[in-house]
Amino acid sequence: MSDDATKQVSALVDAVYRSESRQVLATLIRLLGDFDAAEEALHDAFTVAVEQWSRDGVPANPRAWLVSTGRFKAIDGMRRRARFDASLTELAKQLESSTSDPEEWDDESVEDDRLRLIFTCCHPALPPEAQVAMTLREVCGLTTDEIARAFLTKPPTVAQRIVRAKAKIRDARIPYVVPSQTDLPDRLDAVLRVVYLVFNEGYSASSGGLLTRHDLSGEAIRLGRLLIELLPEPEAVGLLALVLLQDSRRAARTSPTGDLILLEDQDRSLWNRDQIAEGVSLVDRALSSRRVGPYTLQAAIAAVHAQAASPAATDWAQIVALYDVLMRADPSPVVELNRAVAVAMRDGPLAGLVLIDAILARGDLGSYHLAHSARADLCRRLGRTAEARTSYERALGLTRQEPEQRFLERRLAALSDQTS
Amino acid sequence: MKYMLLIYGDEHALSETERKDCYAESTQLAHDLNANGQYVAANPLHPTAMATSVRVRNGKRLVTDGPFAETREQLGGYFLIDAKDLDEAIAVAARIPMARKSTVEVRPVVEIPGLPT
Repeated sequence: MSDDATKQVSALVDAVYRSESRQVLATLIRLLGDFDAAEEALHDAFTVAVEQWSRDGVPANPRAWLVSTGRFKAIDGMRRRARFDASLTELAKQLESSTSDPEEWDDESVEDDRLRLIFTCCHPALPPEAQVAMTLREVCGLTTDEIARAFLTKPPTVAQRIVRAKAKIRDARIPYVVPSQTDLPDRLDAVLRVVYLVFNEGYSASSGGLLTRHDLSGEAIRLGRLLIELLPEPEAVGLLALVLLQDSRRAARTSPTGDLILLEDQDRSLWNRDQIAEGVSLVDRALSSRRVGPYTLQAAIAAVHAQAASPAATDWAQIVALYDVLMRADPSPVVELNRAVAVAMRDGPLAGLVLIDAILARGDLGSYHLAHSARADLCRRLGRTAEARTSYERALGLTRQEPEQRFLERRLAALSDQTS
Repeated sequence: MKYMLLIYGDEHALSETERKDCYAESTQLAHDLNANGQYVAANPLHPTAMATSVRVRNGKRLVTDGPFAETREQLGGYFLIDAKDLDEAIAVAARIPMARKSTVEVRPVVEIPGLPT
């Protein structure tokens, strides 16, 4: 075979790896009943593919070929090791007979395998940070180094989380299944929480200099798409809408120097119209289900913003109304704060300030920097400069993100210009 | 696979009537589990005031009153069950009456060979 042909095959194997490896892994985990064995089998299958496909050509169904080769390699490996550990002979025999039925490899169970993998990685018996690491590693195929970089942790920390999670899946016997209808709502919530957490980690880094880390947000959007393809539940649709609508503002929310730009000051021509169109149509789809949850409501609010030509042209009455529904579906002080800001836009800053002061008086959001910066902003608009200064300073003391700190410092400086 | 379901809570949380109701409901649960082939054993425990701690150091037996550690939540009882996986064990744990008031800890049991059956 010529060098060119070899290159072609290896490019093709790479392409198949990118498109199929997660599905092949998901099926191998089911067939072999073990994450580590499945990963080894996946690796072996691709090694054989590189050799064999350049000699014999690419099989008609590469995914089925890879599953079958991986399974064979795993059983073969067990047989070889059985020379030193007799118990493996029985295990290999069992595995061979229990997984020899090609029915188990049909498209439907293969599609289900990806859902099984997602639900297992997001099992509530695993700690939240392990759920995130497992999902990014096993479902998205990120390396531990990539995950560590995205979460500003050390690779050994991520690796250890994954090792412990796999040990718990094995020893506590977390099943590799799509949850029953009764458990589904709770279990789906856990999956959506992981997807949203990954998105937010990418969208607004919790600390450090970079406000957005694109890779993670893109990964979360891909996960959201996969999820509604496999399980089109209204809240999954609502979550995908929400992350698309938030992501549509990415180019407008930071300046070229990395400074934060508020929604009201953003250049709306920079918003991504394709993402907005997709997000809005997903919101409509989720709302038409009549089982409306918190993600869908937040997406509906984001859709109202996305469709407004300017802050003044925004339908604030509609936004307040949506926050009212959200307060009933999923009440929280943060939702109450956002509602107060919307009320300020509808009825004027004083109406909003009264509501924010009531929330702060209850002591709920005392250490939440956005509560103080929202209060500061309303005071500024009311001309209460001294109060605005105090609240901006409180907010500044509470935020860890450098772009947010710079934003608050600019606001404070602007106050001084006004008074002098 | 066997799972130990350990019931932790404030041992003074129940009134005498509530305790009796809890025992009755737990007994019914044990029968239901038994009918499903999931039951191995279950018992409530006397309060920690009835507990005695035993340690052996350098061959010498040290017997003291009370539990080893003072905590707000005490082990008040257990179910030992047979379940096919963690999800099944969690489903059983959620049916234990004390799960509504305190915490049930689900621990997979290590199967070691050679124990009497």
